[in-house]
Amino acid sequence: MDATLSGTQAAQGLATARKPTGRVSDPIFVGLLWGCGIFVLVLLGLIIAMLFEGGLPALREFGISFLWSTTWNPVTERFGAGVMVFGTVFSAVIAVIVALPLSFGIAFFLTEIAPGPLRRPIGVAVQLLAAVPSIIFGMWGFFVVVPLIATYVQPPLIEWLGPIPLIGALFQGPPLGAGMLTAGLILALMILPFVTAMFVEVLESVPPMLKESAYGVGATTYEVYRNVSVPYGRTAMVGAVMLGLGRALGETMAVTFVIGNATRMSASLFAPGATIASTIANEFPEASIGSLKLQALLQLGFILFVISFIVLALSRMLVRTKG
Amino acid sequence: MKFAHILGAAALSFGAAFSGAAFAADINGAGASFPAPVYQAWAAAYKEKTGTGLNYQSIGSGGGQNQIVNRTVDFGASDAPMADDKLEKANLLQFPTVIGSVVAIVNLGEDVPLTLSGPILAEIYQGKITKWNDAKIAELNKGAKLPDLAIVPVYRSDSSGTSFVFTSYLASASADWKSNVGAATSVQWPTGAGAKGNEGVAGTVKNTKGAVGYVEFIYAAANKLATTDLVNKAGKVVKPTVHNFMAAAGAADWAHAKNFAASMVDTAGEEAWPIVSATYILLPKNPTNAAQSAEVIKFFDWAYGPEGDAVAEKLHYIALPNTVVEEVKKAWASEVKADGKAVWTN
Repeated sequence: MDATLSGTQAAQGLATARKPTGRVSDPIFVGLLWGCGIFVLVLLGLIIAMLFEGGLPALREFGISFLWSTTWNPVTERFGAGVMVFGTVFSAVIAVIVALPLSFGIAFFLTEIAPGPLRRPIGVAVQLLAAVPSIIFGMWGFFVVVPLIATYVQPPLIEWLGPIPLIGALFQGPPLGAGMLTAGLILALMILPFVTAMFVEVLESVPPMLKESAYGVGATTYEVYRNVSVPYGRTAMVGAVMLGLGRALGETMAVTFVIGNATRMSASLFAPGATIASTIANEFPEASIGSLKLQALLQLGFILFVISFIVLALSRMLVRTKG
Repeated sequence: MKFAHILGAAALSFGAAFSGAAFAADINGAGASFPAPVYQAWAAAYKEKTGTGLNYQSIGSGGGQNQIVNRTVDFGASDAPMADDKLEKANLLQFPTVIGSVVAIVNLGEDVPLTLSGPILAEIYQGKITKWNDAKIAELNKGAKLPDLAIVPVYRSDSSGTSFVFTSYLASASADWKSNVGAATSVQWPTGAGAKGNEGVAGTVKNTKGAVGYVEFIYAAANKLATTDLVNKAGKVVKPTVHNFMAAAGAADWAHAKNFAASMVDTAGEEAWPIVSATYILLPKNPTNAAQSAEVIKFFDWAYGPEGDAVAEKLHYIALPNTVVEEVKKAWASEVKADGKAVWTN
């Protein structure tokens, strides 16, 4: 009773107040919107500046070779980003290689093959995958995927493929379970929903007339997919993949659980490694203010920022250019 | 209008609640994660008894040191003792609270009682001993059926006090380790895989046949993990028991340790477990708020008492030797001063 009364009063108040405030509120509103926009720019700028400034002493100490040096020794305070940059790119590339065909399949199935009633549940399931918190992927990876890979995947692969020259280098080392491959697989699942969603969007934007004409001249489903849908959205699809790559680069918690965290360089898919994000997560709590270690970690953060920025900029560019 | 009234009243009562809480002057501390369970248990018991609360944030030793140097908390906590020059520069008093130990855990597929030694562990973690049936391990375990299995060394990936204590032990037991790897909260491990936290190491060892790892004793005890015996400096085989941890604490050279940083790693005692260490509190010697600093000292004074010991014991931590506690109390009384006056007297 009381609430409705005050509600009507408020509504009346608003009605009478509308006219005069319109002239004043509009510039205020526009001003606020400007503020919001500028805020993001300033925030981003400050973060970049902070990372660069904080990491500068490390860059001065180790020189430009910090970028590729593979030493990471907290005892002697010799730091280099080589292993982490390599691990970050390597694990993200594995993720994209695994996620790409899966996303293609799901997206094409959803847009072309799936019967109406099935389309929604599968679409929702893919989207829900994006809602799974990173730490859950990490725990699941650690407790379920790692033992499975260590027992069933790695021993036969090491035995069969290990001795082959060149390719064999990818399959060396003890079957730990945790390592680059496992990290890549978990990352693939994490980027799958984003890449799939964008693929669906691209495939849906293919004009029906083009596809119908192809079907009309007797093309099979695969031929339509191969020769009409994919070429039509190729550039946007590459952009979508880059976006997935960008997400995979910065993923932290899930990767830290399954990558094996070794600051050693190895070409093997099974060897434990480290990414920039996992190293920062691992080392940050014990890095004291003013220490070279903290500066090296901040510099690592800056490098990750730059890599992600380049990848995302590329993806934006490609997604926008259609056809 | 009415709404504003309600809002005002709410704000008033909220403010009152807040100032009431502030009046009780809770203590704020941050740092090491290893003693966090006992600090939190102490805090709960102490609050019940005195009404004074303690907020302890387990953010890692490095974070604890940073925060107390910047004076954003009332006390910091660190597993590894802080360097003497850093303590002096930041004007901090360092004192130990409880003692913990680190144990080695293994997974040989079957239940084989195993004895290892410092030099052997150092060689395993350097990748020099790679099989469980290595002659050096066999020599320590005569009669045991050792499998022909690759050894997978597992270490803490996050930098931690546990790694500091463990690598200190390896450095003490092996000159090679000392010069090539060293001792720190995180090191450049020559081989093996890293897992996050005690639970990560324990999980990886459990999942990987042939794995060896190290965890805090409290964690191994709570989860009933298979631990190994170790050969100590006196050449005796010792089991990871509270009795042997206390023997290590007793054998440490407290009298000559500056800032209470007595090393309990690889001590000479016959029964001493070799991987034992104290965890420390860092307290400003020149507190800006004398009353708050006194509250911190009162809290730890209570924790050193029988009630605090009982809580610590239940969680498998080991209390400090009495002689050390007396020295700490003397330091509190003589070194923590506000405006030239001691904030606490025994």
